[in-house]
Amino acid sequence: MTERYSLMELMVCVAARQLEDGKTAVIGTGMPLAAAMLAQKTHAPSLIILFEAGGVAPALERLPLSVADSYTMTGGLMHSSMDEIMTACQRGVVDYTFLGGAQIDCFGNLNSTMVGTDLQRPKVRLPGSGGANDLASLCWKTLIITPHDKRRFVPKLDFLTTPGYLSGAGAREAVGLPAGTGPYKVISTLALMGYDPDTKRMRVESLHPGVTVDDVRANTGFEMGFVEPLAVTAEPTDEELRVLREDVDPQGLIIGKRAA
Amino acid sequence: MAINVIDETVGTLFSEPDVDGARRWFAAKSRVLSNKVMTVREAVERFVPDGAYLASGGFGTVRIATAVLHEIVRQRKHNLGFAGHTTTHDFEILAAGQCFDRCDAAYVVGLEVRGLSPNARRYMESGQVQVTEWSNATLGWRFKAAAMGVPFLPARTLLGTDTFRHSAGRTIECPFTGQTLAAVPALFPDVGVIHVHRADVYGNAQIDGISVADWDLARACKRLIITTERIVETDEIRRNPELTQIPYWLVDAVCHVPYGSYPGNMPYVHYSDEAHLAKWMEAERDPATFAEFLNTYIYGTQDFEGYLTLAAGEARLAELCALEPLKRTPEVA
Repeated sequence: MTERYSLMELMVCVAARQLEDGKTAVIGTGMPLAAAMLAQKTHAPSLIILFEAGGVAPALERLPLSVADSYTMTGGLMHSSMDEIMTACQRGVVDYTFLGGAQIDCFGNLNSTMVGTDLQRPKVRLPGSGGANDLASLCWKTLIITPHDKRRFVPKLDFLTTPGYLSGAGAREAVGLPAGTGPYKVISTLALMGYDPDTKRMRVESLHPGVTVDDVRANTGFEMGFVEPLAVTAEPTDEELRVLREDVDPQGLIIGKRAA
Repeated sequence: MAINVIDETVGTLFSEPDVDGARRWFAAKSRVLSNKVMTVREAVERFVPDGAYLASGGFGTVRIATAVLHEIVRQRKHNLGFAGHTTTHDFEILAAGQCFDRCDAAYVVGLEVRGLSPNARRYMESGQVQVTEWSNATLGWRFKAAAMGVPFLPARTLLGTDTFRHSAGRTIECPFTGQTLAAVPALFPDVGVIHVHRADVYGNAQIDGISVADWDLARACKRLIITTERIVETDEIRRNPELTQIPYWLVDAVCHVPYGSYPGNMPYVHYSDEAHLAKWMEAERDPATFAEFLNTYIYGTQDFEGYLTLAAGEARLAELCALEPLKRTPEVA
């Protein structure tokens, strides 16, 4: 992929396409936000972007560095609170949440708390849930964007921070999570994935251009499913790339700086 | 029993949801209108005893009470409890001073897109800190339960996860619907610290922009230290009362600290100093270098003004003000 677009650009474009117009989304900083901004500036102009700290529907000028910083508020409709956003999620108002990378298993469960076996003395302490557990519990559809390797796509999480489908079909409802919620899509460096509607296991829906089934298998620590027939991910259009580079991330914070 | 407890968790409850005890505390707390202006040093000496449970307002690198956090380190406070509610640079500062030994964690150790604090990580991996897990919403709702004066709130999050297992929440059966809910206990911190845009000498305080969890936090804390960009006449508060988030009777100390969220962002005033935040992270890579860094910036400075002069200076602060994208509407300014 030397020429027209980078892998990061492809991922952001694929991610953006998953978000429908006229929906609500609580978005994390970094790549998820770049994707939401791109969606808003292309096919989804009335996508309502919410930030967990309280920012409501800002006219995003630039990518914020914190989900609470001033850029989550510029031109906003309302300066609210974390309670306002989280209770909206709990009430069923929020369609999507879009979260960044963490350890992920075949049911879309996430670990962002620790590496190791003892929480009181972990090998590596990570931030913990933040808002991720709440958002993935309460929003209707959870999307994840992450690099694809065996360190991240693991057979067993060290710590189940944030719920995917837990142990499989029916498990979320059984523990009391709101019915009809759960993981929706995973956008990785290799593929676009969804979930089998019956087993709730992750499966590849399309391979990025140049990627093979074996590449995915070699970089996944669990048994990955593949839909049939398997599609190739549509490449970014010239218009998507123009908007992404000129309007969404002109500084190259997410998609990287391009050689002049 | 109307509400049936159906599951147990293994996390430690650091602070009992004692609502009657809290009622007695709040009943006895003075509501007399008095001038509470004092230095940050005095506020910390008086209201942050060793062993106290502390909660920090704002959101990690946004509208944090940096001066108070520094002073806690400078006075070498220890054995504090700490609410890690979306704590980033605030957590980094207190971890630098090894000030707390127990922590309710929702978001700790990291600085969002900036990466993980090497020193905060080492501290949390050392076994010196006892940790109980929560999420941002549920730790915030623990403040809300306290603010409401009820021992717990039900929630539909956390369920089914290790985060829940390592929390001190419980599952309960809803007495009306029979649904399984997570119950999160009220958290009454001994002391809270919140940075605001303007306050009068009595503690009536206004915040511009998002409030994060500070509305509930201010009401949950037994003691509350306010740092403020500006001290204003009460008349100015009364002109825009819809901006008042904290009435004076919640407040124990009012400290005048311009640029008080530095190096964090203060919405409508200045943007974050990313270069200085990066300097912390860089110094932390090596413990000896970081000890020197702390000697220079915290232990070696008299107060926050000294830190500001050393870390930023007037020209840099002016730059950060110019970088701030939010502008006040004229009728509020």
